[in-house]
Amino acid sequence: MLQINTRTTLLQPEADTQPIAVSAEVSPSSWPNLHAADTHVVSATSHNIRRLTVLRLLRNPSVAAGGALLSLIIIAAALAPFLYPGDPLSMVARPLLWPGQNAAFPFGTDSLGRDVAAGLFHGARVSLLIGVVATSIGVSVGILVGATAGYRGGWIDDVLVRVIELFQTVPSFILLVVLVAIAQPSILTVTWAIGLVTWPTIARLVRAEFRVLREKDFVMAARSLGFGHGRIVIREILPNALPAIIVTASVMVATAILMEAALSFLGLGDPNVVSWGSMIGSGRELIRTAWYLTALPGVVIVLTVLALNLIGDGLTDVLNPRTGVER
Amino acid sequence: MATLLDIQGLTISFPNATPVKDLSFQVAEAETLAIVGESGSGKSLTALALMRLLPKTADITDGSIRFAGEDLVNIPEPAMRERRGRDIAMIFQEPMTSLNPVLTIGRQIVEVLRLHRGLTRAQARREARDLLDLVRIPDPDRCLDDYPHRLSGGMRQRVMIAIAVACRPKLLIADEPTTALDVTIQAQVLELLDRLRRELSLALLLITHDLGVVGQWADRVVVMYAGRKVEEAPPEPLFNDPLHPYTQGLLAASPRLHDDLHYRDSRLSEIPGSISSAVKEKGCPFVPRCPQRRDVCRTVFPDTTMAGLGRSVACHAVTPTIATGPSLHDAAVRL
Repeated sequence: MLQINTRTTLLQPEADTQPIAVSAEVSPSSWPNLHAADTHVVSATSHNIRRLTVLRLLRNPSVAAGGALLSLIIIAAALAPFLYPGDPLSMVARPLLWPGQNAAFPFGTDSLGRDVAAGLFHGARVSLLIGVVATSIGVSVGILVGATAGYRGGWIDDVLVRVIELFQTVPSFILLVVLVAIAQPSILTVTWAIGLVTWPTIARLVRAEFRVLREKDFVMAARSLGFGHGRIVIREILPNALPAIIVTASVMVATAILMEAALSFLGLGDPNVVSWGSMIGSGRELIRTAWYLTALPGVVIVLTVLALNLIGDGLTDVLNPRTGVER
Repeated sequence: MATLLDIQGLTISFPNATPVKDLSFQVAEAETLAIVGESGSGKSLTALALMRLLPKTADITDGSIRFAGEDLVNIPEPAMRERRGRDIAMIFQEPMTSLNPVLTIGRQIVEVLRLHRGLTRAQARREARDLLDLVRIPDPDRCLDDYPHRLSGGMRQRVMIAIAVACRPKLLIADEPTTALDVTIQAQVLELLDRLRRELSLALLLITHDLGVVGQWADRVVVMYAGRKVEEAPPEPLFNDPLHPYTQGLLAASPRLHDDLHYRDSRLSEIPGSISSAVKEKGCPFVPRCPQRRDVCRTVFPDTTMAGLGRSVACHAVTPTIATGPSLHDAAVRL
């Protein structure tokens, strides 16, 4: 941004540094500051910073590649009910058809004669749903706790930090397994459980950001204008913390998908829906004879997680205040 | 003119220090009062106390702040919040960091208009445009949609001023409004403040350490040293005939064009030593640096004595006879 600014001002050195002509009705008497030298605009072009950020995002190779990959997976998830209208868990053909053996089942069938392609498409729905919703839960709780702790400070901060540390000292996957084992495994409980074990990451991040941001001059300026604490937190500080939250959230979606896959692999997922993890789990015993049963869902998981991590990396590049747009 | 702000015996304490002690002054409506003093003299803390925005550890331990007849020290926080921005507004030293970097200028002005004046979004936007016009920002329509990092320092300070006067406050506190700006732009910003003071008839509390600014723009001057008011006077008598040894030292240390004294010809005079810590309690805080110190100075802080029209000074070395002489003359000149 800084570079763009200097470039544009170099290109048009005179255009905007001219003093403005103020019309007569605005200035009844003589104000000597009409030729206010400080009132020139720093850069000549006037484009919206948001549009600029979107452009920079699309130009970033990581974001472009990750975005393309993720779009494919989203399209697959969206098309699943149309391409494979039946239940992906129903037996449709001879068991253990290899990919390419039968044109009707391009990815073959598993040991029970279920269509692997249908499983992959429907599994995308489950994985993305759990990934996005669990991350939303984690981010919401994390922002709530982190913002409170970071902005208020004092004993509230102490208490909340202890709670966060409590969650972080317990290995998160063990906690997840325990939570799901206590509740009945279903999409809903798995989603909540993943949300509940991932929020401390966001909470720590938001707390750190808020601790820095609350000391900024613009917060004091906002207070001097009579803004209440709620307004300052939501409308003044949170937008400043958002880039860091977005970057972390994109990686958290990938983590949530991996967690769900791992749970399903262990047989702790929702038994009524097909997921990539459960497909790997059921193909595990045949890995030497029918390795495609584990490899295909495995590749899809890798691609999804890779896409999300690429997007996360790209977002860091673009949104990080130190390397990205000058703010 | 009626007194708008009346501060009596204001004392601000931290757990282990008292950076502002027994400070009293008044600000009349539509008047410019300058508070001068070096870093650490308690100027900014006084301003924050007026807004009731002191750091958590600091507290107003004594004294009263009456604003338009109302005691600001004791009103509850929600009521105080209503007054901030609407009745008393403040602009800060650093225009580069006082604007929220991720919100457009327009949104930041609209926000305060909607909060205090209950305007609709469209009304507020029109009003915001007019405000930018009022502070002489070229092409205000475009500025509304710009982000702060695209404006120069002077422009940002103008935007800060526009936000501060958005709700037509009665008192505007400017805490070193020009310190972070270029010299050429300082004058323009001060001129703008002075024009707004006249047009919007607001009282201006100008906090500065720049004596040049004081001489040109202030109606009255309060000189602070180590949390105490040591002298109060209109700028002309203050410059021509400073009474307190600290003020004398301060003026002697500032080179002025018409003086023979110039840093090329001779050494600039200075006040020896540095400001005493706020922890120390007894006596006059200026004693260690004072050329006219007496024994009594070490133990007793001098009472504030009236020294003529609108003048007062707190110093043992200034006897009433010395004090009244020049100020009577001043009074005659002023009449």
